[in-house]
Amino acid sequence: MSHAHSHDHHHDHDHDHAPIEAEDTSSSDTAILADALRMVLIEKGIFTAAEVQDQLTLMEGRSDRNGAAMIARAWVDADYRDALLADGAAAAQALGYDTKGTPLIVLENTAKVHNVVVCTLCSCYPVTLLGPSPEWYKSKAYRGRVVRDPRSVLREFGTEIGPDREVRVHDSTADMRYMIMPKRPKDSAGMTEEALAGLITRNGLIGVAEL
Amino acid sequence: MKIDKAYHDVGGDDFGPVPIDDGSYQLWERRVDAMMRLLSSPAVGLMRVDELRRGIETLGEATYNAEPYYGKWARSLAKIMIEKGVLSQADLDAKIAELRAERGLTP
Amino acid sequence: MQAIFGPGDRVQVMDLEAEQGLTGHMRAPVYCRGKTGEIERFCGAFGNPETLAYGGDGTPAQPLYRVRFKQADVWPGYAGAANDCIEIEVYQHWLKAG
Repeated sequence: MSHAHSHDHHHDHDHDHAPIEAEDTSSSDTAILADALRMVLIEKGIFTAAEVQDQLTLMEGRSDRNGAAMIARAWVDADYRDALLADGAAAAQALGYDTKGTPLIVLENTAKVHNVVVCTLCSCYPVTLLGPSPEWYKSKAYRGRVVRDPRSVLREFGTEIGPDREVRVHDSTADMRYMIMPKRPKDSAGMTEEALAGLITRNGLIGVAEL
Repeated sequence: MKIDKAYHDVGGDDFGPVPIDDGSYQLWERRVDAMMRLLSSPAVGLMRVDELRRGIETLGEATYNAEPYYGKWARSLAKIMIEKGVLSQADLDAKIAELRAERGLTP
Repeated sequence: MQAIFGPGDRVQVMDLEAEQGLTGHMRAPVYCRGKTGEIERFCGAFGNPETLAYGGDGTPAQPLYRVRFKQADVWPGYAGAANDCIEIEVYQHWLKAG
């Protein structure tokens, strides 16, 4: 686990008057290099500390709840579903999520096909709609094996796909980003769009889980 | 001609079971993400995602394997910014020395 | 660059590294090189990452396709179901009719 220790307090209470360049006391060589790089770039006027802080704030709005809202809408609105499958980025924009010109392909899981996404060369991921990618998605273990042996990797996530369904792996190697439309749970008839969104997990949107 | 596969091109390789851990990022790591977004923004235009990737792919395999995700990004960004003359290695080294002193670390 | 392939066309991924000595940044994973699949869709034309990665302008933009391969055609002895597939984005200059 990457949480070597936990803090028994948090800093949200003084968020309003926190300094723009909050103290970072990380001592690893890489953390110091990263901090030094940022500070030199600020000194050279490439960007400002306030702009860095603004980016950290924007980061908080990037969440798998955005992708979940899109899928829930598609489940209750056939026109939106068609639009989402035809042009994911435009459908994201329609709900207020700006993918900044990056195309999004939404793939629908069905009784016949189960889709799962990977980026074997790096870690391409629709961050705007799914939030920061989980550590395992970037691991060499996931990237290496899911293309060659997807069914056993899915099993590690507790997902068993029957031999009667095709498993279709999508390697995100270039300019597209991918999100999966999971199969709607059978017992979800009559649920509100908001309640449906609550059923949709990030792993379901990557395709390593079903709902 | 037989070519050696690049170390980042791992599709098909077996590194064992997937370590199913979401992880979390420290402040410095989130700031690296912010830096990349700013440097690649139309207003600044000093980085492209392709350059970031190329920088990562030329860190060397040992560094690639040892560094956390945003550590790879930070080292790639530093490399490309120096390459483009936006800053010098000396600028960076001086700031690193300053930060080490501030944080009570050996030079 | 004009898109020369369309959905359903059979294509083979070339190995520009081994065949033409291409070096540096490239986005066609080794595991799909030499493999034959079919065009799933044309994605549009995008700047060529092989020059974008070095500060170049990425021109001429390259048509990009999603190519669908049978897993059994990619991995000898593939362990899954016979109709399992993998789809990979490949730029046109890495493809030939297959």
